[in-house]
Amino acid sequence: MAMMLRACPLARLRDVHLVSSFKGLSLKSNSTSVSFSAVQVTPACKKLVVQPMAAAGYKLKSHKASAKRFGVTGSGKITRRCAGRAHLLRKKSTKRKNRLAGKRWAEMASWRCLELARGVGTSILFREAAALGSLKWKRTATAAGASQITNCLHSVASNSKREPRPVKTRVMTQERGSGETQTTADKYEAVIGIETHVQLGTSTKAFCSCPSEYGSEPNANVCPVCMGLPGALPVLNAAVVESGVKLGLALQANIALKSKFDRKQYFYPDLPKGYQISQFDIPIAEKGYIDVDLPVEFGGGHRRFGVTRVHMEEDAGKLIHAGNDRLSGSSSSQVDLNRAGVPLLEVVSEPEMRTGLEAAEYAAELQRMVRYLGISNGNMQEGSMRCDVNISIRPKGREQFGTKVEIKNMNSFSAMQKAIEFEMDRQIALLEEGERIKQETRLWEEGSQQTISMRSKEGLADYRYFPEPDLPEVVLSQEYIDTTRANLPELPDAKRRRYESLGLSMQDTLVLANDSDVAAFFDEVLEKGTEVKQAANWIMGDVAAHLKSIKLTITEAKLTPASLAELIGLIKDGTISGKIAKEILPELIEKGGSAKGAVESKGLSQISDPAVIESMVDKILADNVKQVEAYRGGKTKLQGFFVGQAMKASGGRVNPGLLNKILMAKLNG
Amino acid sequence: MAMLHSRPTWVRKVGSPGYVIQHSQVFDASNLRIVLHSNLGSGCREVHRSATPSKSVSQCSEGAQQRPVSVIRKIRESLVRREKSAVEVTEAYLVKLREQEPHVRSFLHVSEKALQDAQELDRRVAEGREIGPLAGVPLGVKDNLCTRDMPSTGGSRILQGYYPPYDATAVAKLRSSGAILVGKTNMDEFGMGSSTEGSAYQVTANPWDLSRVPGGSSGGSAAAVAAGQCAGALGSDTGGSIRQPASFCGVVGLKPSYGRVSRFGLMAYASSLDVVGCFGNSVMDAAILLEAIAGADKNDSTCSPQDVPDYTSNLLPIDDLGSKPLAGIRFGIISETIADGVVEDVLSAVKQAVTHLESLGASVREVAMPNFSLGLPAYYVLATSEASSNLARYDGVRYGPRAHGEEVMSMYANSRALGFGPERRILMGTYALSAGYYDAFYKKAQQVRTVIQQDFKNALEEVDLLISPVTPTAAYKIGEKVNDPLAMYVGDLMTVNVNLAGLPALVVPCGLAKGGTSGLPVGLQMIGPAFREESILRPGHIFEQTLPTSFSAPTLVS
Repeated sequence: MAMMLRACPLARLRDVHLVSSFKGLSLKSNSTSVSFSAVQVTPACKKLVVQPMAAAGYKLKSHKASAKRFGVTGSGKITRRCAGRAHLLRKKSTKRKNRLAGKRWAEMASWRCLELARGVGTSILFREAAALGSLKWKRTATAAGASQITNCLHSVASNSKREPRPVKTRVMTQERGSGETQTTADKYEAVIGIETHVQLGTSTKAFCSCPSEYGSEPNANVCPVCMGLPGALPVLNAAVVESGVKLGLALQANIALKSKFDRKQYFYPDLPKGYQISQFDIPIAEKGYIDVDLPVEFGGGHRRFGVTRVHMEEDAGKLIHAGNDRLSGSSSSQVDLNRAGVPLLEVVSEPEMRTGLEAAEYAAELQRMVRYLGISNGNMQEGSMRCDVNISIRPKGREQFGTKVEIKNMNSFSAMQKAIEFEMDRQIALLEEGERIKQETRLWEEGSQQTISMRSKEGLADYRYFPEPDLPEVVLSQEYIDTTRANLPELPDAKRRRYESLGLSMQDTLVLANDSDVAAFFDEVLEKGTEVKQAANWIMGDVAAHLKSIKLTITEAKLTPASLAELIGLIKDGTISGKIAKEILPELIEKGGSAKGAVESKGLSQISDPAVIESMVDKILADNVKQVEAYRGGKTKLQGFFVGQAMKASGGRVNPGLLNKILMAKLNG
Repeated sequence: MAMLHSRPTWVRKVGSPGYVIQHSQVFDASNLRIVLHSNLGSGCREVHRSATPSKSVSQCSEGAQQRPVSVIRKIRESLVRREKSAVEVTEAYLVKLREQEPHVRSFLHVSEKALQDAQELDRRVAEGREIGPLAGVPLGVKDNLCTRDMPSTGGSRILQGYYPPYDATAVAKLRSSGAILVGKTNMDEFGMGSSTEGSAYQVTANPWDLSRVPGGSSGGSAAAVAAGQCAGALGSDTGGSIRQPASFCGVVGLKPSYGRVSRFGLMAYASSLDVVGCFGNSVMDAAILLEAIAGADKNDSTCSPQDVPDYTSNLLPIDDLGSKPLAGIRFGIISETIADGVVEDVLSAVKQAVTHLESLGASVREVAMPNFSLGLPAYYVLATSEASSNLARYDGVRYGPRAHGEEVMSMYANSRALGFGPERRILMGTYALSAGYYDAFYKKAQQVRTVIQQDFKNALEEVDLLISPVTPTAAYKIGEKVNDPLAMYVGDLMTVNVNLAGLPALVVPCGLAKGGTSGLPVGLQMIGPAFREESILRPGHIFEQTLPTSFSAPTLVS
């Protein structure tokens, strides 16, 4: 009977109406159709309200490409950037460039069709949604049909019940350094601590041998143990302890030689045993820290944030709510236990962060760390890394913490930063009005770019922890810890320090060390004796650009560090020009092979024989008598024409320096 | 949600179909007497009507005034010598089972596959292939051990009709040893009780006196073995759940050391105390069963990787022993267990046993364990705390019947209210673990546990084995203590400490108390050092083989 669960398919998901205000502009769902049913702006609410219809169980996310490019004004108009401000700027006057730099209202006729639903094929005209914000379309929409209007009014009403968006009191992070603007925000500071759940990339679950995979069919990866069937017992996966020790060591924390598991007890349908196996009073690692380099564009700087503890635990299952993607309003819920028993490391930070940026950087560094260690993919979208932020506000200079609020549901670092900044504004506004802050858990809503209250936390839950009697203590030998420490890879911070010492700029260092694969590739190229700056530029420039265009990662590409080093070497010794190198790079990335081989097979090596060049130049000059005359008559700009002809004739292979020298000699002589 | 449904209740067949119909009433203590009578009458008729009684039925009830014999060896030997087929043996037991069942009601489910398994075994024998040490032995399994082909409810309504998708390790080991599993035996809900009156389905009667309880929680297993319904049975022991019913029913009960037998597939009551053990007609049978189920298990990390010794080779036939076979063995009788509160009959039986041990050459002295009385409260704190957690999974979401609720919390509450009997223990445990009480209860109890472990260690340095009565009284009347939980808890006084210390203990019948038609059995508990089961099995074997009294339950059907 227990196996019934497995056979049960996902129920037919019912379409529902969701209300979302219109900041991310368009909304997309991962695999189910989304369509906008009614859009209207009423005088009562100046905000554009769109009602997307999404199948339940899927998040509505803003269409990133659009969200990056378009903005919405307070009155609902849509702005875009002006064309012509990016290229060919030398010929434009400063006045013209300044004019082009401003925002433009988006004209309905200029909008592209944007596909909103990936894979499903349902798309809407973006301009429809967008242009409804303008006066012209408001009339049309009003005339469209009474039912839609009612629908819309309903949504506006429910929207207005929400808490008002707080006034921006905070100065943008970038400007903070200037210290010129004094706002109310400067009176306060935020105290931020982060609890991060890192889902480990072990091949099996924490306490049974079920595969620990993301994206399987519901309840495909279950067994009596992770389903919590009567009589089933947990058996600890050694890889979980190893991951815990690795992360603990990477955080410079104290590893507990003897730790134990406890049961954290609460009832919820996604928790099959009625308790979660976790670690309570003796975690695997305690008292560590993370060193962070803040991005250069935000002023840079170095920070150290304390890590209180790291403990091992198991994940719960997942509820799929039919009828709505939230519990409220859904007609029924189903349990998917694929995730139940998947190992997690919970990393608890000290409340030492003060800004959204610091928090986001802390999380990003933690992500880099787990990726460098190879213990997790750290993917925030898939939920492999989940950050819950605790934030409270206090007047500057006060010791005592304010009432803390927990924010969940941020699936990117930028969302984290924005959620924190939103929450700071909200709390400061409340404090300014003399109101009390409620202790609660709030959800970050990506669509509306705000946090909403999820549940009050006033009465603290009693989890009735007690030692897990089904598992023996975890006892580690000092030797095991020492071996693990000795085998740790170079960590992001050490890597950055090393790159800096190589003479790379902070900007380059941050980019290269961001991804462990890229860093490893870079290191290998360096090992081949390539010059540091050259290697960095190629990897961050052309290689990265091409990889991005063909949607591959550096490990998936066929390009080996050796062949890139070879390629750079060929430029250096003059065999090929940089231009040729750029031409053959895509082939190396897509098909592999050695750079020398590619150059030879295509006959692309540079022509550096003066005699050959001379004869080539002679021929060009002979073929273009008119131009030669014009040149000699004073039109020296034609020099480029001759160079171009030479390049064309040689297929770009001629050594540019030599060519110039010979050409000038011939033309002027 | 369609994913959950329960099997119809009539699946739980006991005995033959005709019998099921008349037996499908719900019993409780108040109407029990009457029901018993009606069953006695009709049950007899039923037996006469049905089945062909076989010559070998008497196998297990014979031997009055004889030494206990190893039924398991006898069956295996008859199989090996081709005197009997496994089908014949199984049929004989099934007939006996059905014949006794209306009176004893020890089974919650009788296997429909038993004969099939026996046929399979016969084929093996015919082909001359190797057969296991338990070949052809019909065994009962306590209902809290998961069995793939039979419902496993733990005696609780909340798992009504639940068929586990896997076999408990102990069950799987029995099967691979060639045993024929005849059914699932009744028990107090999830092992929480000492009389089997706590079963959600039926009350099992003591075969020695049908108006009395068989003990619990493994009362069904003990009664089934005593009534000859099966050759042996598995039980589980958390605070005396094997030893107390063994004593009440006059059979041998063995509680192994904690970690000797895998708990995988045993529905947890108190994980740090639960042990799977066995019942048999003789110490030899218990030893054979233990050897079959003991050993490391990769599915249970609390199960010891220590090797399983040969438990039976030391159990020599009585004729091969000298006149003083126990010479040199120091027994210590725990002073606190023969103090006030123990009834006269039990005391005298134990005293006789002491005399008997001395006559076999052993030395017996009193050993004081001053902290002995602390064990009971500590046990009840620890066991209920763990139980409150272990039973949390029975929430009506994945299996078992589900009650309606407007939202999830009320669905939980309603399902659990509907399905659970032992609310008191769950509440006690929840309370003991709650914030602010943890230190006063759970932590304190753990400290007591350490003290008791130390006491046992010290005592077992002074003497080789400890002995004590198993219970302060012999089997009591059904319904006598139902409304007095404290009195029932006190009955566990002599057994719980052994669980707290994780030691092995053997119960052998040692005398009779007044009551019933032919007296009520009294058992003697022998406690040995951890993982030294052989150290109690040998003296236990010698003791039972030399004891003049015999312990066969009076024949119920005349």
